[in-house]
Amino acid sequence: MAGGAQGSGVDTAANIFGKACGYGGLYVFGRREYHSNIKGLHSYFHLRISPKEILANVNDVDLLAAFDAETAVRHINEVVSEGGIIIGSRQMNTKVLDIPTLPPELKAEHVRFMKEKTVGETLNDWLNYAKQKNVHVFHVPYMKLLSQIGEKLGIQKISKITRMINVLTIGVSFALFKYDRNLAEKAVRDTFSEKPRIADMNVTALNHAYDYAEENFKNDFKRRLEKTAVNEERLFLTGNQAVAMGKVLGGCRVQTYYPITPAADESEYLEANQILKTGGEDEAIIVIQTEDEIAAVNSASGAALAGARAATSTSGPGFSLMAEGLSWAGNSEVPLVITYYQRGAPATGLPTRNGQADLRFAMHAGHGEFPRIILASGDIQECFYDSAKVFNLAEKYQMPVIHLLDKAMANCSQTYPIFDYGKFKIERGELLTEKDLEGKEYQRFRFTETGVSPRVVLGTKNGIHWYAGDEHNEIGHISEEPRNRRLMVEKRMKKLELVEKEVPFEDKLKFYGDTDSENIVVSWGSPKGAIIESLEKLKQEGFSIGFIQVRLVHPLPTEEVKKTLEGKKRIIDVEDNFSGQLGGIIKEQTGIAPNYHVLKYTGRPMTTTEVYEALKAILTEKASEREVLMFGA
Amino acid sequence: MGLKPSDFRVPQVYADWCPGCGDFGIMNGLQMAFAELGLEPHQIVMVSGIGCSGKEPHNVKAYGVHTLHGRTLPFAMGIKVANPRLEVLAIGGDGDGLGIGAGHFVNAGRKNLDMTYIIHNNGVYGLTKGQASPTLRLGIQTKALPKPNINEAVNSIGLAIISGFTFAARSYAYDVRHLKETIKKAIQHKGLAFIDCLQPCPTYNNITTKDWYSGEDRKDPTTGKPQSRLYKLEETGFDPNVRDWSEDFQKKIAAMDKAREWGDAIPIGVFYKNELEPTFQERISKRIPFYVDRPPAKQKLGDENGFSKVDLTKFMKGLKTS
Repeated sequence: MAGGAQGSGVDTAANIFGKACGYGGLYVFGRREYHSNIKGLHSYFHLRISPKEILANVNDVDLLAAFDAETAVRHINEVVSEGGIIIGSRQMNTKVLDIPTLPPELKAEHVRFMKEKTVGETLNDWLNYAKQKNVHVFHVPYMKLLSQIGEKLGIQKISKITRMINVLTIGVSFALFKYDRNLAEKAVRDTFSEKPRIADMNVTALNHAYDYAEENFKNDFKRRLEKTAVNEERLFLTGNQAVAMGKVLGGCRVQTYYPITPAADESEYLEANQILKTGGEDEAIIVIQTEDEIAAVNSASGAALAGARAATSTSGPGFSLMAEGLSWAGNSEVPLVITYYQRGAPATGLPTRNGQADLRFAMHAGHGEFPRIILASGDIQECFYDSAKVFNLAEKYQMPVIHLLDKAMANCSQTYPIFDYGKFKIERGELLTEKDLEGKEYQRFRFTETGVSPRVVLGTKNGIHWYAGDEHNEIGHISEEPRNRRLMVEKRMKKLELVEKEVPFEDKLKFYGDTDSENIVVSWGSPKGAIIESLEKLKQEGFSIGFIQVRLVHPLPTEEVKKTLEGKKRIIDVEDNFSGQLGGIIKEQTGIAPNYHVLKYTGRPMTTTEVYEALKAILTEKASEREVLMFGA
Repeated sequence: MGLKPSDFRVPQVYADWCPGCGDFGIMNGLQMAFAELGLEPHQIVMVSGIGCSGKEPHNVKAYGVHTLHGRTLPFAMGIKVANPRLEVLAIGGDGDGLGIGAGHFVNAGRKNLDMTYIIHNNGVYGLTKGQASPTLRLGIQTKALPKPNINEAVNSIGLAIISGFTFAARSYAYDVRHLKETIKKAIQHKGLAFIDCLQPCPTYNNITTKDWYSGEDRKDPTTGKPQSRLYKLEETGFDPNVRDWSEDFQKKIAAMDKAREWGDAIPIGVFYKNELEPTFQERISKRIPFYVDRPPAKQKLGDENGFSKVDLTKFMKGLKTS
């Protein structure tokens, strides 16, 4: 884990570290936590590394690279016995309660901790406490190292290179792990590939720190990272990046957005790469930053009517503003895609933290009854493929599709074998061209058996039609006639039956573990990884338990869910919210209620450690019906 | 070829505005302008908001998108960006564009999309029975208001100019010929064009009525003829055209000065016109040279078997760990 004040290079350090591990054939899972703040408040990156695939985070920290005293204080109890803390030598006399960025409610906890464990007031006292628990503390004289590096580089002013403290910690960390320094060097060069001079400076710093640690810390630290040979190409990427790539694959050519965490990174990544190679003529995606989310959703609808595959990306507060536009799109049968990254809510909530409390809102936002599809991805790979699939769904069924994600997936990074996207097929549904229309009377909202009326994009010759937010007749003009109204409502709503019938099973539900067992977990979204890892652990201990991941959360595949849950002894609902929203929806629609809930609403994603503990407690009858998880600083 | 205004009629739709409504004049002006410009219905998209003005597209044979209250411009923007070859007109009321949609109005100016925005300006919210709109002046009490208007009016022409619209004009719903010419100029303008169309509401605005504009209350004592309160800028030698950036500021000031006039001498015509400012389309084309040839709406997404043709190598390059 690397942590420090926001703006001190924590992310860069973690990315370099993760990359270097990736180059050595290791799998990495990274969790990024940060405050809603530009500079100064605590942020950290927790990387989990293994030769085997990793799906989630755990509670334990083997090595903590603390850029500042606050990081050591906040995470000291997460470091395991025989683990290590890397800390600057100048921090030792810092009085913990004087750290200005620690909030009062946390200081109160610290006071209790100091009293209970009889720990003194300075960081040094705290580190001594850690040492008693067999934690190694590695004091690094950053300023001294920087002045030596400055000499090597011919730079007088140390203030010009203090930014490189993050790279020094990487050097020290890799030396402690006895990891191949060439891979670290490669990762540094890769990160700064567009600035060769900066890359050189950082490589010098990296090696200097590596040498220092090798010399001074000898064999104190026993944990090792070893590279392994791999014969496949892999990616290390965030959910935001996966979504952006998936959208491009799915044919998204207009993306609108208003800046909001944690969605905006995706749009920026798209804009940076907006010219697309296609094997034939180049194409491009237009990314528009609008004045607000109202403009974002409605201009995306406009673009979709004109025939472009169009999407907008947002999180809760933005989606709130989109509600009216969503209703319009539902009424006018617009193939609109909304990528919805949930974060800690309500209101501004925890703007940079995780949450899954918007499922019911995504289902019900917008006045009136109209069909929509909500597809929830559960990991970064699903983020990629689903981001492409949602455009097919939107156009085939001519309705808004909400791709429901969360901050955990947006900002976590994970290693995957390279995505095999060549088999993705664009399905535009019933789309008529000028030729199809020749000599015919076209009706945009023609009543059909399935409810889907063949679509014509704006500007097509022979296809003049109208849209109205009002109820309308088949040609699109305003109509308030009762009979037409009834037929129109039914036409729109029955498209959902088609969705339920046609969406492939693996896009509705996914089964893991022993689903024939009497114990079953139901969940959706980012808790997936921690659940799967917990199930594996429980299986090794002889417990029988299965997991159904609900992907199509709306329309809920009621019959399939019912069939799976019927007769189970323990149905355990796992979600990052207070009320167990999916559990409630399942109860409503199948009549089967989960009898246990594992819930978390601290804004930090679930770890395998805590999910495993909660599930085990439930299976051994040691838990209450409602387990609330708390881990994470 | 050579369509007539009547070819842009929609016979199956009954235009349900009140008898004598200015919206009929605007409908006629649009149909005439389209015909005279040689446009075909499928080349045009009319986007409207909510209110009586929102029904305008249903009465004109062209693609019609009747949207939400205040959101006319965002929908129009999405359509225009996706397919810049379409002739896009945004149509809205004064409440729609300058009240609930004012944020979009201001921000549309920043993009300078090559399209036209026509506001039906009658000072009232007609469809909800006559409340004060953002263009009703302070202290005026139209007949449905329980008290005189407590808010000052927004100056729509002035707001358009300082927001970045590169064409700002005013016309009058009952001077269809002037309106038609103004619409033609707006459509032909390269950039975002705004028309403030004075459009008396015969039902709810009993102050700025058709008779008031035509000056029925101030007849010439010698001839007995009404003296119109409207005068044409083009007949006064007013030159709104910016031909060089060095004269832009002065032209803006002059236009703003004219925009302040109200009461017994209300200018109609073009206040400001600047084609030097790059349009949004031109700005995108600088980044994406093939934008107009292959805009988002015209891109072929799959090969003959439907497989996506896009190559993600460039995206993946920075993410590979081998």
